[in-house]
Amino acid sequence: MLEKAFEGGKSYWAWLVFLGALALIGVYYYIQQFQFGLGLTGLNRDVSWGLYIGQFTFLVGVAASAVMLVIPYYLHDFRKFGKIVILGEFLAISAVTMCILFIFVDMGQPMRIMNVVLHPTLNSVMFWDSVVLSGYLAINLLVGWVTLSADRKGVPPPKWIKFFIYLSIPWAVSIHTVTAFLYAGLPARHFWLSAVMAARFLASAFAGGPALLIILSLIVRKVSKFDPGKEPIQAVGKIVTYAMFANVFLLGLEFFTAFYSGIPGHALPFKYLYVGLDGHAELVPLMWTSTILAVLALVLLVFPSIRKNEGLLALACGSLFISLWIDKGFGLIIGGFVPNPFEEVHPYWPTMPEVLITLGVWAIGFLVLSMLYKIAVSVRERMAGIEIEH
Amino acid sequence: MSLDRRQFLKIAGISSILGFGASVASATHTIWQKGLEPPQIEPNKDGLIAKRWAMVVDMSKFKTEEDIKMVTKACHQTHNVPDFRNPDGTVDEKFEIKWIWQEPYERTFPGEENQFMSEQIKEMPFLVLCNHCDNPPCVRVCPTKATFKLSNGVTMQDEHRCIGCRFCMAACPYGSRSFNWTDPRKAINAATENKAYPTRTKGVVEKCTFCTERLQFGKMPACVEAAPKGAMFFGDIEDPNSEVRKIVTTQLTMRRKPELGTGPAVYYMIGGSDHA
Amino acid sequence: MKLYDGGKILIGLVVFLAFVLFPFYNNIGKVNTKPDPKTDTPEIQEWVKINGKKECVESKEFMQREHMQLLNNWRDAVVRDMYRVYVSTSSGKQFNMSLQNGCLHCHSNKKQFCDQCHNYMAVKPYCFDCHIQPMEKEENKS
Repeated sequence: MLEKAFEGGKSYWAWLVFLGALALIGVYYYIQQFQFGLGLTGLNRDVSWGLYIGQFTFLVGVAASAVMLVIPYYLHDFRKFGKIVILGEFLAISAVTMCILFIFVDMGQPMRIMNVVLHPTLNSVMFWDSVVLSGYLAINLLVGWVTLSADRKGVPPPKWIKFFIYLSIPWAVSIHTVTAFLYAGLPARHFWLSAVMAARFLASAFAGGPALLIILSLIVRKVSKFDPGKEPIQAVGKIVTYAMFANVFLLGLEFFTAFYSGIPGHALPFKYLYVGLDGHAELVPLMWTSTILAVLALVLLVFPSIRKNEGLLALACGSLFISLWIDKGFGLIIGGFVPNPFEEVHPYWPTMPEVLITLGVWAIGFLVLSMLYKIAVSVRERMAGIEIEH
Repeated sequence: MSLDRRQFLKIAGISSILGFGASVASATHTIWQKGLEPPQIEPNKDGLIAKRWAMVVDMSKFKTEEDIKMVTKACHQTHNVPDFRNPDGTVDEKFEIKWIWQEPYERTFPGEENQFMSEQIKEMPFLVLCNHCDNPPCVRVCPTKATFKLSNGVTMQDEHRCIGCRFCMAACPYGSRSFNWTDPRKAINAATENKAYPTRTKGVVEKCTFCTERLQFGKMPACVEAAPKGAMFFGDIEDPNSEVRKIVTTQLTMRRKPELGTGPAVYYMIGGSDHA
Repeated sequence: MKLYDGGKILIGLVVFLAFVLFPFYNNIGKVNTKPDPKTDTPEIQEWVKINGKKECVESKEFMQREHMQLLNNWRDAVVRDMYRVYVSTSSGKQFNMSLQNGCLHCHSNKKQFCDQCHNYMAVKPYCFDCHIQPMEKEENKS
């Protein structure tokens, strides 16, 4: 099946070469960063996590979203998702790969990564994050491969794979809960010290991931002979809608707690992000963009007549994805560090090398995604018309 | 016996995994070799011992700016802490590394100030450093135990093990930790560095270690030694006869952000004292 | 017999050989002398004056084989377990467990000692990224 990733037309190869070029640029700048140190980024003594960790946080959510296809199909026999569950699983693989790469480029001493394995620290949430992410990658690789191979042969997959499929459901929830726990358990950062952190993470994951999946499905339909189908996409659209409402509601809850209580630790970071603090308003335009895009997405999604229009659905999903990317992949992280423990504002903005390394990692992720999707789509194209019994 | 290609690949795959596993197993034997144990190793007989090291700071005994600078210089000089400057001579706040430094009252105890306080009090300098908490969030989050508690209460840093993930920096409520964003040796004067203490390298977190390397040889922390008489006390707070214990039991002291449950071991005297 | 995909195979073969033979053709012409670590620093000579013979923490054979593991063990014992003193198994003497202030106190000639074997074996221990190496003395340069 792997060979399918290397069989493609001119546009496929042009896409891969483009991604490869972006990846190589990222690698070049990473080498610069490796030699100089992380000072090549915009990070400083007060804002010690930034774009890299933000991207990691956002992508764990995208990875977890595969469960939104697995649950209906495998637990509730929602047959409509039969052809696209594999797209969700392969997206999860690509997203977790990017997560691992973002952690790697963010580490000060990446050569010492094995210390996490050699000296397991059970009280450290970060240790558990590495465990659950590795496990999730393994599960999705296994499940995706076995089910797709079975599809290709036109037979049902072996019965033992059901165990791993069912395992992937709580496991998907766990990866994002554990990632939320990285933030929600720190007494130092009142902006993050919220019981609804994990709930927010899951809600935004189940909105953002499937939204990307819809866009990817529409692209797949355009560039290949495989049509994921109008109804499955509509079903995913409903999931995105409800999840986004939940996410925005939970964010509203955070606003309430912060401003009704008036406690500076909770309120000041929100002030910095949305109206500015102590003369610093670097993130304000970005956060309001995120808000406007979120409202636009919700307005487009809430009306079934608009949602049924796939062009508008794609617009809504794109708007939603970017909104969540800004909020979770950037605003959430910076807000935790500003103001610092001394209630001073030391702003952060990524540097060009930092952005290019980030783009390089995304390019690698999309390379993995494109090649995996090529394999999945090739199998689907071949088996078109043959109903698979699972 | 004839093998088809599939069976051959299966056997080859399993053999490789077993072979690889065996080589990993033999390597782990090296990694998990037993370390050294007494009587082959001993603590230094001159070393200072405590159940829980703690510090008391009396800012009223610092009469001039110079008094405070002597303390921060002593620490940073002893430990080869780099001094990153901007071209105009000001401190480079991005690359800055500091183990002990001064902050005004309103920053040391944010939230304690009130609007009617005079500027003079708000700006009153306080020495801040790692509080060597009893219940340290940084130790809780470190994935490799690169930061950990010693049995004498010190929150220690193992620079050999740190992977530079900076989770501890996110967790510290006091901003005590610094990261080496680049090679610190760029900002260390090789002519005046302390040749008896290492530097750090890029990519690791560092902070005050209550001068563990000095305590092991019977010396007080560098800051305490350099401070004016009666300005800084250092001792075993579990020892009823220690100066720090006496002060903390009889005088009004405050600690930074005690409501977080971290249990800091650095106490600030309020109202000064006659302790000398 | 026809060689299918002959062009691709040939290119692959050339790339493979380029990778595998790299250590060989990259080092053509380079001189690689046998390591000759010198143990005649002023500090060691001082020790000989006091103790009568050259003597390290353990025997030369032990140190050659095990100094890496010994240093790792010292590191954990000092930094993590608060020990400071090492009792030599060969001589029973006590030593301060310290790379910078112990080992490098006597072996103060990194270029003529440590680097001799490390360079030969193409090993780059990163100890010296942090642990300050002793200043090269002018007299020892030959």
